[in-house]
Amino acid sequence: MAKINGRAVPEADGRSLADYVKEQAYRLNNIAVERNGEIVSKTDYEATILQPEDVLEIVQFVGGG
Amino acid sequence: MENDVLTLGGHTFTSRFILGSGKYSLDLIRAAVENAGAQIITLALRRAESGETANIMDYIPDDVTLLPNTSGARNADEAVRIARLSREVGYGDFIKIEIMRDTKYLLPDNQETVRATEILAKEGFIVMPYMYPDLNTARDLRDAGAASIMPLGAPIGSNKGLVTKDFIRIIMDEVDLPVIVDAGIGRPSQACEAMEMGAAAVMANTGIATAGDVPAMAQAFRKAIEAGREAYLAGPGRVIEHGAAASDPLTGFLEAKGGEA
Repeated sequence: MAKINGRAVPEADGRSLADYVKEQAYRLNNIAVERNGEIVSKTDYEATILQPEDVLEIVQFVGGG
Repeated sequence: MENDVLTLGGHTFTSRFILGSGKYSLDLIRAAVENAGAQIITLALRRAESGETANIMDYIPDDVTLLPNTSGARNADEAVRIARLSREVGYGDFIKIEIMRDTKYLLPDNQETVRATEILAKEGFIVMPYMYPDLNTARDLRDAGAASIMPLGAPIGSNKGLVTKDFIRIIMDEVDLPVIVDAGIGRPSQACEAMEMGAAAVMANTGIATAGDVPAMAQAFRKAIEAGREAYLAGPGRVIEHGAAASDPLTGFLEAKGGEA
């Protein structure tokens, strides 16, 4: 199953990245996604289908110096 | 003063106060930004939290330039990865490189910082490297394509002020890039002194975030930075190490009473 932000997420397999991001209520204006070490452009979320072996990092800006 | 602007990577700013956004409760950030008059705000990149959690982007005015940092990076490759992801979020090409191997004092790794600067400048980033104030490294960063040099005044979050003053001054004298004093600046007086010395800007976070009254301290920093800049442009008066120089006329004294001279 796909691993997202360090956690195994069985329900993500076979879904599009766009669907997953929407379902999790991530804010599109404040995230970036890396899939298996490669950045996924926001225009490709729809066409990106999550695979069981995928490793994703979904990141956002937080307060920092 | 009206035409006195700070230029970084082709962008111009009238404020010389770069505000860090860490350690605040979110409702205080907007007031801090407004009272600071800051046009550049730093941010960090972390794993996203799903759900409708409070989002820092809602509290930062739209006209403010975002300066993401690469905190968490322990080497150049990790910094490059964080920088690319930060750009992908979609707020521009600015990146503050921050690479630390030391977890006690949080001191930057100058060598890896030069390496990351070289890679990211080639990719079109406006690179602002945080560094330990060393002249040779500053020259290497300039040659690698940095848009500014950001030497530390003291360890991050320490509020100790311009501990490295003499070495920052050497960089200012020798490297023709904006020098922005970052880290350790805990009080307005310290920010003012950095500006008087000729810093192009001051970056502060903890000094404001840990103040009793955050918005008021943001404003105090703003005034101090403006005052320091004005003093620098005015050209501070000279220092006499030994002796004194009267400010009053040394002639025309009254005669001592009773006629004794």
